[in-house]
Amino acid sequence: MDWGLILDLTLKAFLGLDAVYYIVAALGMNVQFGYAGLLNFGQAAFMAAGAYGLGMAVNYFEYSWWLGLVVGGVYAAVLALIVGVPTLRLRADYLAIVTIAMAEMIRLIVRSVTHKDKFGGTDGLKGFADGFQDLNPFAQGKVYGIGPFQASNTAVTVLLLVIYGLISLGIGYAIARKRKAAKLVPTTLIAGAITYGITLLITSRVKYLGSELWVLIVGWVLVGIFSVFVYMLMRSPWGRVIKGIREDEDAVRSLGKNVFGYKMSALIIGAVLGMFSGVLFALKNSNVQPDNYSRAVTFYIMTALVLGGLATVTGSIVGPMLFWALLAFTDVFLSELSDAQGRVEIFGIELLKDSSARGQFRLGMVGIGLILLMVFRPQGIFGNRKEMALDGR
Amino acid sequence: MDAELSEYARAAKAALSGVSPEPGVSKPDPILMADSVRRRFGGLVAVDVEHVEVQRGSITALIGPNGAGKTTLFNLLTGFDEPDSGTWNFDGQPLDKVVAHKTAKMGMVRTFQLTKSLTKMSVIENMKLGATGQRGERWWNGLLPFTWRSEEKAIEARAEELLGRFKLTHMRDEYAGTLSGGQRKLLEMSRALMTNPKLVMLDEPMAGVNPALKQSLNQHIKGLRDEGMTVLFVEHDMDMVHDISDWVIVMAEGQIIAEGTPDQISSNPAVIDAYLGAHQGKSLMEDL
Repeated sequence: MDWGLILDLTLKAFLGLDAVYYIVAALGMNVQFGYAGLLNFGQAAFMAAGAYGLGMAVNYFEYSWWLGLVVGGVYAAVLALIVGVPTLRLRADYLAIVTIAMAEMIRLIVRSVTHKDKFGGTDGLKGFADGFQDLNPFAQGKVYGIGPFQASNTAVTVLLLVIYGLISLGIGYAIARKRKAAKLVPTTLIAGAITYGITLLITSRVKYLGSELWVLIVGWVLVGIFSVFVYMLMRSPWGRVIKGIREDEDAVRSLGKNVFGYKMSALIIGAVLGMFSGVLFALKNSNVQPDNYSRAVTFYIMTALVLGGLATVTGSIVGPMLFWALLAFTDVFLSELSDAQGRVEIFGIELLKDSSARGQFRLGMVGIGLILLMVFRPQGIFGNRKEMALDGR
Repeated sequence: MDAELSEYARAAKAALSGVSPEPGVSKPDPILMADSVRRRFGGLVAVDVEHVEVQRGSITALIGPNGAGKTTLFNLLTGFDEPDSGTWNFDGQPLDKVVAHKTAKMGMVRTFQLTKSLTKMSVIENMKLGATGQRGERWWNGLLPFTWRSEEKAIEARAEELLGRFKLTHMRDEYAGTLSGGQRKLLEMSRALMTNPKLVMLDEPMAGVNPALKQSLNQHIKGLRDEGMTVLFVEHDMDMVHDISDWVIVMAEGQIIAEGTPDQISSNPAVIDAYLGAHQGKSLMEDL
């Protein structure tokens, strides 16, 4: 068993693009569900809106690729309005039902033969990412390490050291603040230094293809921007109203707030974040396929969000990262365990007959892990236990 | 007794002293006026009020047996429910078809029979939520803290002052969900005051509150009037109604059956019938 390989692939997934587009979508769902209490089961549709907006901007409207963001944004906002206007006046359950139906409808419409000229049917759209990849400073087919000491020249090494240093310092500060440390500066420095060490160790082991790396960098920059965006929003009086609506919307209404308007804004903000997630996913694959936006995607993102902890920004970042790392780990671990035919045997007991069962078994194991998490840490990794405990009252 | 009364209390008593005690009587300076408000739930007419007025600057009690339509009337007046017919106005402005959050902005705030404290928010956050028209409550301003920081400080100062008055300062940073039932009532009332209301409508402020706290709640409600606010409240506790209200409106089966000062009401035979039944005092065996 090659533990080095297992570690490398797990870390690659931990920082990888799958995690990134999940994070962006999870941030959106966190605004909707974690903070505002709006149960959106159709995040996949908003992601599809972004992806198809991008694809159609290039292939159908024949704009340049970045206008696809505008097209996707309009699609997502219009979808949110269509879903929100009739349901946001009703109880939360209705939104859940309508969004799940909407997501399925969107998927079936874009894969239909009738609209093949616009959406490309089951084949989807391709070729729209060329404009984006033209901006790629990396060689498409080359493999790059992301560690500072893997870089080819000193300038890049210094740049990476500084960037990782600043990020580690930021994380150190966040930890110091979270722990309400008495001495803020030393705690920040110590926590930052430890984070820096871990970051350098992790990044030294991870490599990406040039085409991937470009999307990945754009993705992480977007994650940074959106995290600050959500964090600032939720600390503002706007966020206070949103949290109030989650607790009891009649009480908030009685205090003179236009509850419907606030819920609508939260829904649209979450939808637009979902759209960016879809754009990243489309850029990653350089194609859009309708069946990538099925119900399962929404539920996986929801799972990752709950894993990280609802109503925290850190949770929506770390949750998806761990979710993908866990999936990658179980996958590589099982494949390392198995023999040439894909048969897995532990202590003489046959666990898997062949490699085709590995995917399901892996999801099953992740599922058990999540159940254990819900039993022993129902608030998720970063959630607030005290807040959680108030639920039953 | 009269010597203890504040000038506002005396003014309210004086203004209402000339009003004749009959249902739907007009008052010298009404802040709230409703005409033929009717609400039907299927076959049941829950509220059918011909005419009612609430005197500005007074404490008016709305009493009546369970199912009399008091809470429904509250919901109708504050826009939480829509009547089948009727018009009403608040402070001279028509209120029919005005949605709930706008009535609150106009200066008419209500509390709920089942207390609605926002459990997963701290007490101070609950309070700050009450302030209306905050700049930072638009999301694009929310992203720019400098646009709302000074306003936030002023709101926080006002919230802390109110918490002090309602003796909740020590719970400032606790989750509202950890408060006791009585403290939640206090929190809800003080949060409502954050909207700077002209009319405070309290739906059963004393339900589930222990006698000691009742006394201080009484004082708080009188205090509201003494700051120039008008109070309309629903209550079952007759001692309390008698103690603090300037005027009492009695509802039964959706209609207003009596009005008057507390003294007039407690000797009104229609009220006694409504509360205790027309045959009270008679033996159940008498008809046999």
